[in-house]
Order: sequence, then structure tokens, then C-alpha cells
Amino acid sequence: MPAESMTTSERSYLQEGGRFKGVFSWIFTTDHKRIGILYLASIFTFFSIGVIIGLLMRLNLIEPGRFISERTYNSLFTVHGVIQIFLFIIPGIPASFGNFFLPIHLGARDVAFPRLNIFSWWLYISGGALVILSIFLPGGAPDTGWTFYAPYSIRTTSNVSLAASGIFIVGFSSILTGLNFVTTIHRLRAPGMTWFRMPLFIWSLYATAWTQILATPVLAITLLLLILERSFGIGFFEPLKGGDPIMFEHLFWMYSHPAVYIMILPAMGVVSEIFPVFSRKNIFGYKAVAFSSLGIAFFGYLVWGHHMFTSGMSDISRVIFSLITFLVAVPSGVKVFNWIATMYKGSVRVDSPLLFCLAFIFLFSIAGLTGLIIGTLSLNLYLHGTYFIVGHFHYTMFGGAGFGFFAGLHYWFPKMFGRMFNERAAKIAWLIMFIGFNILYFSMFLLGLQGMPRRYFQYLPQFRMNHILSTVGSWILAAGLLIMFGNLIRALFRGEKAPANPWGGSTLEWTLPSPPGRENFRETPVVRGGPYTFE
Amino acid sequence: MRNTVDRNEGSISEKHLDYAGAKMGMWIFLFTEILFFGGLFLLYSVYRVKYLADFHSSASELDIVLGTANTIILLTSSMFMALSISSLRKGRKGRSILFQLITIGLGVFFLVNKYFEWSAHIHQGIYPDSPVLLDMARGRIIFFSLYYVMTGLHGLHVLIGVAIIAVMAAFTQRETVSPLDFVKLENTGLYWHFVDIVWIYLFPLFYLIT
Repeated sequence: MPAESMTTSERSYLQEGGRFKGVFSWIFTTDHKRIGILYLASIFTFFSIGVIIGLLMRLNLIEPGRFISERTYNSLFTVHGVIQIFLFIIPGIPASFGNFFLPIHLGARDVAFPRLNIFSWWLYISGGALVILSIFLPGGAPDTGWTFYAPYSIRTTSNVSLAASGIFIVGFSSILTGLNFVTTIHRLRAPGMTWFRMPLFIWSLYATAWTQILATPVLAITLLLLILERSFGIGFFEPLKGGDPIMFEHLFWMYSHPAVYIMILPAMGVVSEIFPVFSRKNIFGYKAVAFSSLGIAFFGYLVWGHHMFTSGMSDISRVIFSLITFLVAVPSGVKVFNWIATMYKGSVRVDSPLLFCLAFIFLFSIAGLTGLIIGTLSLNLYLHGTYFIVGHFHYTMFGGAGFGFFAGLHYWFPKMFGRMFNERAAKIAWLIMFIGFNILYFSMFLLGLQGMPRRYFQYLPQFRMNHILSTVGSWILAAGLLIMFGNLIRALFRGEKAPANPWGGSTLEWTLPSPPGRENFRETPVVRGGPYTFE
Repeated sequence: MRNTVDRNEGSISEKHLDYAGAKMGMWIFLFTEILFFGGLFLLYSVYRVKYLADFHSSASELDIVLGTANTIILLTSSMFMALSISSLRKGRKGRSILFQLITIGLGVFFLVNKYFEWSAHIHQGIYPDSPVLLDMARGRIIFFSLYYVMTGLHGLHVLIGVAIIAVMAAFTQRETVSPLDFVKLENTGLYWHFVDIVWIYLFPLFYLIT
């Protein structure tokens, strides 16, 4: 590993703002670390809005109609989906930790296009603002579900066009971030930083960035056509004018399935960083973990049809889509087994980042296995459009990507802010969230198996028990989230000063002071070995 | 080309002078553009298979003379774009700017033609959601919608291209773009050729399939 290059007198990136003062030194910055923090703050703001909306939905479902009307409920599940997917989990890890740590992990001073980087954040915020605006403007919040399926999305009078333009703009931000990352990884690696010495987080960001680049434009054109359809009546998705609504679904999922891997791959990268550090062992099967990221990204393009098994599709295409869906499980399984093998005979230190990673493995395994159940054609016909699907993708998105995000948040918090959080409170928060999560979403699997359709405002009496259970789970989960964020926010102001390397990590960011200086490395590091070396 | 400008043989380099990095970023951006138009080409293919006869009869209503003229105009403009880059690299600033201005002129000419073409159709009452169009066969509705959306989106790209080349001409004048650092102009050229290539596909798909 490179020689330590740090002095305590150096001013950190938090103090050194560049040309501008105050808030402008943040929103006009080109420093990748500040941009990472901007994203982190905005992403968690949108996340909290999404959580509150989710809680309201669950609240309705203990006593349908008592608190919330049908129309509002439709808007709630739409806006909840749009916010959590497009504004929280897709930009999530790459835009925040990716921006902060990608150049540092590579031994670079910044990303390849720093000005494009801050421009991406501006696009993200503008798009997000439009989405939020679409909730409040006259016309009403979108009520189509986050998938905007035609023809209803063409006919509804709610603010679908506004929300779609917001997502279109956020999509641009996502494309530009991906472009920036790929170029940075190709061009700005420090001397000696060969492809197979890169931390696995970078490999996962690389796979993610390509997916962002190659999939997002398809979403962009789909949403653009939806907007044109609503404003000019072009008829591509309107059966009366010769169009075909199924084509909307194809185009939509051609992006939105790969997008699932945009969400989960970076989280896999984060846990691949954490397992070696907390097991004091090199990662088991470095190349297998690296290539499985690319494998997941590749297969991710070829499985979109499994969202449409019941929409109308030939038997042969369904069999092929189902088969490829099963193939995705192979690289995912490779990763899970390699993480576990990394811990085997390691000297495992059970700190909060590792706890979140263990929860990640547990929840992601449930997500993956239930994914195989609904990827099976015969079972899919029964389970499609039920709460089973809702349970499945929340285990993937929140249990997988979300817990991976929180793992990274605890792992890198001391480095990003130079403060330590209260470890005990973090563990308590973790436990409460883990319990609440499983009560909230596991009961959805049961509801789905009983036949409860998703997105329904009202339900039959036999579903009541599980709905109440699920809502109680949502409260427990929310309490855990409050404790976690409370603990971290408190640490921002009152936390102890963090040492340069609190966890004993061996990647490049731990050679820098906490928080790092403005230019990252005073001298360009020369890399002489792999990323995970422990004595 | 590489030996004149590629000053960054090491893998770490100053951000503003990374020639290969800037080119790479542009190529990746063009990939995303291909996929962006790709969604439309996909719709075109599906609906053409579905409404083969309607597509062929509708295509005969487009003005093949204007279409051909526009193809020639755009191809010529691409040639001038390439000439402006090679002039600049030989250090002939004035000629480079002249060629860029010719490129802009041809781009505008293309748009003017397009304007007259669209106006003629709209005058006949053929535009998305128009009563005349809705009375026609479904395949024809889709054909003309695709025609408007695809040539419209392409026209928007031409317009953006014209604006960017205008900025480049100003940059060349101020020597922000110079024989030593011309990657911005070269990337603009790549974009312009891309716009050209999209048209090369649009032309046969809409005008020549009669």
C-alpha cells in the first residue's frame, strides 16, 4: 500500500470551499467530495418524504377509508414509488458514496469532468423539484403507479406529464454521472492501480455506470413519448389510433429492469468493501466478485420480459425470459457465497457496518429466492400483481440496496465527516430496523400468497390480520430509522473526532486524514498491491 | 493525431488536458444518443411489421425531392465540419471558422427545408391527433406520428448542433479552441456526424420504402 501522506495541519474539504463563500461554496463547488455530500443530503431528504408517504399508505391499510380517500391513496403509492425509486435508490449509493470515494479509491484528485459533475447534481435537484411540484399543483398528484402504464397514464388528468419530465431530467443526471464515472475509471487511475487492484466497490460502480449509460436513454425516450402522447396525441400507445400499450411496457421495462441492478450493484460493492475489513481477511475470490458484477449487469438487460408474463407474450419468449431470469441468480449467488467465505476463519469484529452487511445478506437472500419463485412461469401467473411482488421488491430494494446504503453510511461516516457516531445506538437502531423490516414486509409475502392484489385501497376481511401486522412493522421500522438518523446527526455535531483509520481498512481513503483535504492526495499515490491486505 | 495532442501518457492527468478522456466521454454520450433514438427505431420496426401496406402507401406522400435535397445538404455539411477540424489542425484558423460557418448555414438550410415540408403536411391537415389523420387507416396514423416525432427529434438535434457549432466558431475566434487544444471542436464534429448518420437511417425509412 502507498505511504501515508498526511499532516494534521492540512485544512479539510469541509473548511476549504474554493472560490465561493457560504452556501455557494457548496452548490457551485466542483469538488467531488462536496458534491457527494450534496447528493447525500438531498437523497436522504427525498428518502424521508418517501418514508412518510409509505407510512401514510400503511396507515390507510389498517382501516381503509378512515384516514385517506381512494384518490389520495392512488397518488400516495404512485408518488412513494417515484420518489423512492428515481430520487432515492437509483442515484443513492453511486451519486453519494460513488462521488465521494471513486476518485479517492483510484488515487485521483477528482472525477474526469468535475463541472459536469455539479451540473448533474443541479439536474437531479431540478428534476426532483418537478416531481415534488407535481404532488401539489392543481390537477392532482400522479395516480398511475410508478410504472406509468399506458393507456391509463395517457387518459388521467393528474400531473403525469410534470412528474414524467422530472424523471426525464433526473435520468439525464444519472446518464451524465455514469459517463463521468466510466471515463474516470478508465483515465484517472493512479500509477500502479491496475484493473485488478481496484477496490471491489469501484468494480460495482463500473458495472453500474455502464448500466446507467446504456439503459437510461430508453427510459428517457419512453417518458418523452408519454409526454408527447398526452400533449399531442401521437397515438403510439393508444389502441384507438393503432398504437399498442404493450409497447410502452416493453420500453419501460427495458430500462426499469436494468435499473434494478443500478440499485443493487453499488450496495453489493459497499458490502464487498466492508466484509474484508471486519473479517481482517482478503476478500475470497476477488475476480469472481468483480466479474459477477459485470455478469449481473449483462444479464440484467435480457430479463425485462419477466415483468410482463401476464401482459400478453408468446410462450417461447416467456420461457426464454424465465430461463435468463434464473441465470441472474448465478452471479448473485457467487457474491453471497464469497462474502460468507471471506468471513470464514477471519477474526470477525461485529461493529455496526458489519451488522448492516449481515442484514443485507439475509434480506437479499430472501429477495433473491422469492425472485426465483416469481420468475417461475407457473407460479408467476398466480402471484403476479399481488402483495408477494411488493414484498419481493422491497426485500430487494430496501433490504438489499437500502441496508447496503446504511452499511456504507456507517462505514464511511467517520471518513466523510471526521466524527465518530455512538456505536451502541447504531446497533440498537440496526436491531429495531431489522425486526421492523421483517414484520412489515414478510407479512406481505403471506398476503400475496393468500391472493391480496397490490395497489388495492380496500380488502376482504381475511387479509386484515396481516395488514395490521404489516402496519405495526412499519412503525417499528420508522422508529429504527429515527434512532439511526438521530444518532448520525448528533454525531455530526457532538461526535468524537474520528481517527484517520477507525476500522483498520486498507483501501486508499484510509490513508487520508478524516475528513480528507481538498485535493485528496498531496502527492499522487503509487499503488503496489491489491486493495485488501491485512497483517 | 495522437502524437500531436496526447500529452497524457500516464494514467493520471490534469483534467482539462486529457484528450483521450474527453473523446471517451463524447463517445459514451453518443452511445446514449443511439439508445435514445433506438427506442423510436424499435417502435418503427414493430409498427412497420404490423402495418406494412399502410406504411408503404403513406411513404409515397412524402416529398422525395425535399428529402433527397436534405440528405445531400446534411452530408455536405458533415464534410465541411470535417474540413474545419483539419484546417484548424494545420493552423489555418480563418479557414476553419469559415468552414464552421458553412456548416451552420447548411444546418439552417436543412431546417428551413424541413419547415416547408412540415408546413405542407400540416396544411393538408395531417398532424398528430388531427381530424383528417384520425379518419385514416390506423397504420397511416402511426406512420405520420412516427414521421413527426422522429424527424422532429432529429431536427431538434440539428438545431442544438447548429447552436454548438456557433459557440465553437466563437471559441475558435478567441482561440479557446486552437491547433493545440481542439478536442471541443472535434467532439462537436462527432456529434454533428452522429446527427448526420441518424438522418441517413431516417431518409430511407420514411421516403424510400414506397
